[in-house]
Amino acid sequence: MEFSSALFLNAIVAGLLLGGFYAAVSVGVSISFGMLDVVNIAHPGFIILGSYIAFILSDRFGWDPIAVSLAVSPLFFLLGAVIYRIYYICFERRGQESLRGLAFFFGILFITEVALVLVFGVDYRMARTAYSDTTWRLGSVDFPLRLVVPFLVSLAMVLAVQAFLTRTFFGRAVLAVAQDPLALRLMGVRTLRVKEFAFALSIATAGIAGAFLIVIQPVQPSLGREYIGLVFAVCVLGGLGSIWGTLAGAFILGLAESFTSTFFGPSWAPAVSFGLLLGTLALRPSGLFGR
Amino acid sequence: MRRLITWFGMVLGAAAFAAAAQQPLKIGFGMSLTGPLAGNGKAALIAMEIWKDDVNARGGILGRKVEFVYYDDQTSPSTVPSIYNKLLDVDKVDLVVSGYGTNVIAPAMPIMMRRNMMFMGLFGMNVNSKFDYDQYFQIMPSGPEPGIGWTKGYFETAMALEPKPKTIALVGADAEYPALALAGAREQVKRSGLKVVYDKSYPPNTVDFSPIVRAIGATHPDLVYVASYPPDSAGMIRAVNEVGLKTRMFGGGMVGTQFAALRTQLGPMLNGIVNYETYAPEVADKFPTLEAFLPKYQARAVKEGVDPLGYYLPPFAYAMMQVIEQAISATKGLDQAKLAQYMHGNEFDTVVGKVRFAGNGEWAIPRMLAVQYHDVAGNDLAQWKKPGRVTVLSPAEYKTGSVKTPYQ
Repeated sequence: MEFSSALFLNAIVAGLLLGGFYAAVSVGVSISFGMLDVVNIAHPGFIILGSYIAFILSDRFGWDPIAVSLAVSPLFFLLGAVIYRIYYICFERRGQESLRGLAFFFGILFITEVALVLVFGVDYRMARTAYSDTTWRLGSVDFPLRLVVPFLVSLAMVLAVQAFLTRTFFGRAVLAVAQDPLALRLMGVRTLRVKEFAFALSIATAGIAGAFLIVIQPVQPSLGREYIGLVFAVCVLGGLGSIWGTLAGAFILGLAESFTSTFFGPSWAPAVSFGLLLGTLALRPSGLFGR
Repeated sequence: MRRLITWFGMVLGAAAFAAAAQQPLKIGFGMSLTGPLAGNGKAALIAMEIWKDDVNARGGILGRKVEFVYYDDQTSPSTVPSIYNKLLDVDKVDLVVSGYGTNVIAPAMPIMMRRNMMFMGLFGMNVNSKFDYDQYFQIMPSGPEPGIGWTKGYFETAMALEPKPKTIALVGADAEYPALALAGAREQVKRSGLKVVYDKSYPPNTVDFSPIVRAIGATHPDLVYVASYPPDSAGMIRAVNEVGLKTRMFGGGMVGTQFAALRTQLGPMLNGIVNYETYAPEVADKFPTLEAFLPKYQARAVKEGVDPLGYYLPPFAYAMMQVIEQAISATKGLDQAKLAQYMHGNEFDTVVGKVRFAGNGEWAIPRMLAVQYHDVAGNDLAQWKKPGRVTVLSPAEYKTGSVKTPYQ
C-alpha cells in the first residue's frame, strides 16, 4: 500500500467524524453510569428507538431525521423520567439496584427490541436526507456530509450538556449528586428529582444519537446490542462522570479505529481500541479525565 | 369369545393406525426472527408457511397434516444447539431443517450427525466441507464446490475483461459466510493467476467503511471482491461512492443488494456493481415455475413487513420443503437414512427448477447468477420488478449482456 499524506489526513478526519458520533452515543451513559451510578445497559435500546422514530417521521413527512430527533427529544426526556422513577421505586430505594437494577435495564432493552420488531418489522432501515449522498472535498480530504452533519450536531449537543452541567445551578446539583448524594440530602436538596432530571437528560441524548445512527448506517431492532461494549468503553476510557473525558475517549477510539483500519487492517481495530482502554486503565485507573 | 377378542383387537389396531395417520407431521427448525439476519429469516419462514398451506390443502404428506415447530435463533449460533436438542427431545419433531445461513447451520451439524438425522440446509456456504456428513443437503445453488461455484461468475466475468486484470483486493466481514466466500475467492485467484494486493477482514460492527475503502484504493486494485452481510454491504457501497474508489470491477459476494430494503435505500449507488443473485426479472422466462409462487409470497410479505420482492431466498426456502415432501412421498416414510439415500439418487422438481444433489449434499451443478446493476434511477422499488436494471453476466445459458467497466 502506498503511504500518502492524503491517506493520513483522511484517516484523521474519518477518525474525528467517527469519534463525534461515538461521543453522542456515549454521553448519556456518562451521565447515567458515570454520575448517577445507574448501569443503564438499555441505553443502546433507546438509541435504536430514537433511530426508528426519526426514520418514521422523516420518511412520512419528509423532515430531516436529526431535526425530528431534536423536536421529539422532550418525549425521550419524559420517557427517561418515568423509567428512572420506576427504577427508583422498585430498586434504588430498597437498596437492590446493583443486580436487580441491571436485570431491569436488560429487560427494558429486550422489551424495546421486541416492540420495535412487532411494530416496524425486522428489515434494515436507513434514513435518506438531502445531504446523505454529498461529499465535500478539501484538496485530497473527503468530508462526507452523512458523517459531518451528525458530527457537528453531536459536538453541539455534548458541549451543551457540559455547559448545562457546569454553568447552571441544576447542572451543578447533578454533579454534586454524583459526588456526594448524602451531603446534598442533608442540605435539604431533593436528590431524587435531581437524579430523575439527569437520567431523563441521558435518555434524551440517546434519542438524538439514534437519529445520527440511522443517517450513518442501516438500523434493525437488535443493532443496539453491538453498542453496549462501545459506549461503556468510551465512558471508562474518558473517566466516569466527565463529559470532556467522554468526548476525548470517543475521539481516541474513533481515531484508533480509523488509523488501524487504514494502515494495519480493520480486524485489528477492536484489539487496538480495547488495548488502549486497558493501557489507560493500568496507568490511570480512573480514566483520562476521571477524579 | 376368542373370535370376539380377535375382532376387538383388530378394531383397536385399526383405530390406532388411523390415529397415527391423523397425527400431524412435525417439522422443526430454528429461524432468525430477530437479530441482524431476521429480514431473511422471516422471508424464508413466509415461504415455508406457504408451502405448508399448499401441502395441507392437498391433504398433507402420507395423509398427515404438516405442522411447524420453530424457535427464534436470534441469528446467534450459540442458541442453535439448545433449539435443536429441544426440538428432538421435547417437541419430538419428525424432521428438522436448518434456519437461514452458514452461521446457524454449522452449529446444528454435530447434533444431526450424532442422531443420524437427514438435515437440509438453507443457504449454508460449504458447511459440509468440515463435517463430511452423508445425510446433509443444501438448497443454495452454489454447486459441489460451493466456494468456487459462489465466486465463479464474478471471476469468469473479470478474467474475460480486456486487457486482463492483474491485481485484486479481497475484503470481508469477520464471520462464517464471508470467511468461506473469501476462501473460495482465494482459490479462484490462485487459478486465475491474479496478484492479491489487499486481503483483510473487518469486525461485523464496523460503522464507517471509508478508511477500509481508502486503504484498498491505495493499493490500486484492478478488481475488488467483497464478501459482506447487509449492513456492511450498505456501508461499503456508501463509502465507495463517497471516496470515489477507482477500480474496474467491484462487488462479488455482497449479501443485501438482492433485497428491497437495500435496493431502495442505495438506489443509484448500486449502478456498476457486479454481484451474485439467484433470480432477476430479466431471465424470468428461465424460471417459469416461479410465476405462481412469487405473487403469493409478495402478498404475504407486504403484510408482514419483510422483503417485498422475494427473489433471493424465499423461492429456495419453498424448494427446500418441496424436496423433503417429494422424498417422504417417494420413500413412504420418515426413515432418515432412506430419505437421504433417495435424495442422493434422484432429481426433484421445485419452484426453482430441477434440483439434483452431489455427493456432499450441495447442488450437483452450480447455478448462481453473476449480475451487474445499471440504470438504477431514484429509490423506488417498482423499477426492480421489471427488466431493465440488471444484466446477467453468468452462467452462459442465462447471460443477457456483457459487463461494463470500469466500475467508477
